Amino acid sequence: MHIPDGYLGPATYGTMYAITVPFWAIAAHKLNKTLKTRQVPYLSLGAAFSFVIMMFNLPIVGGTTGHATGATLIAILLGPWAAMIAVSVALIIQALLFGDGGITALGANCFNMGVIGGLAGYGIYRLIAVGSDIKSARRWIAAAVAAYISLNLSALVTGIEIGIQPMLEKTPAGQPLYSPFPLSVAVPAMVLEHLVVFGFAEALVTALVVKYFQKSDPSMLGA
Amino acid sequence: MTNLKKMWIAIGILVILSPLGIILPKLFNAEGAWGEWGLDKIGKLAGFVPEGMKRIRERWKAPLSDYGLPGQSGALGGQSIGYVVSAIIGVAFVAGMMYLLTKLLVRKKNK
Repeated sequence: MHIPDGYLGPATYGTMYAITVPFWAIAAHKLNKTLKTRQVPYLSLGAAFSFVIMMFNLPIVGGTTGHATGATLIAILLGPWAAMIAVSVALIIQALLFGDGGITALGANCFNMGVIGGLAGYGIYRLIAVGSDIKSARRWIAAAVAAYISLNLSALVTGIEIGIQPMLEKTPAGQPLYSPFPLSVAVPAMVLEHLVVFGFAEALVTALVVKYFQKSDPSMLGA
Repeated sequence: MTNLKKMWIAIGILVILSPLGIILPKLFNAEGAWGEWGLDKIGKLAGFVPEGMKRIRERWKAPLSDYGLPGQSGALGGQSIGYVVSAIIGVAFVAGMMYLLTKLLVRKKNK
């Protein structure tokens, strides 16, 4: 899901930076106001987790690979704003040091995985878990469902960003200047693999860690 | 042992296991992520390499490109070592950057 440099034209990557930077600003402001002292050390941990879990490329036999992001998990434990920042930090280091995801595409990638992952993951989790006991099964089920749906939303938006490129910037002869694959190719390719395989990986990782916290330190799961 | 310490140990275990992220795809003949191809592969898939893409696709030369060390062996063993070293360096940079950001962002201490 890490869009490399060159796939998105300036119209798209510029727009995505313009959308994502305000989210970073709001997140910074929210973190300062709402993050509890005992949660602070978990921010570095969450960012490190997001970084390393994305290295676990899972294969579809004879096909593509993909991975979980940890965004929903961080959002459940530390809130959506922390998730946004932590996943973005992982993505920035991945782009700069390892060439995983483009520099021009960082706004888009941080939006797709960090902003959507954090907000959708948190929102869906709260929606399902609201009113349930911290140690109830409904909590980890909510975590799994939220993780599955939010990763798929991230994949959908990634597919749309890539898929609109042939419509946006072309040579005078009409050849696409950036990613040449239309929406009808990019969206199904991105979404299907996440619906079938990678969404379940995100759900599994998220539910397992939430279950672990239910047992070992339920106070991290808030009210 | 505190929960936080246990969690960092878990990260360490994930770092050690990270080569699974290159071994499993090889085992199951998976080619890499959709839409993250280099220029050669794009040329094969699309029949041409788009002009704009050519200009910016490989402009940034990442020091540890594809989570590998410069000049490492192409065999899976060499790649795995490069992958683990990359994971260690990456975790250190990510945790360090997040720590510095936290120092800047979270000035007021909330209970």
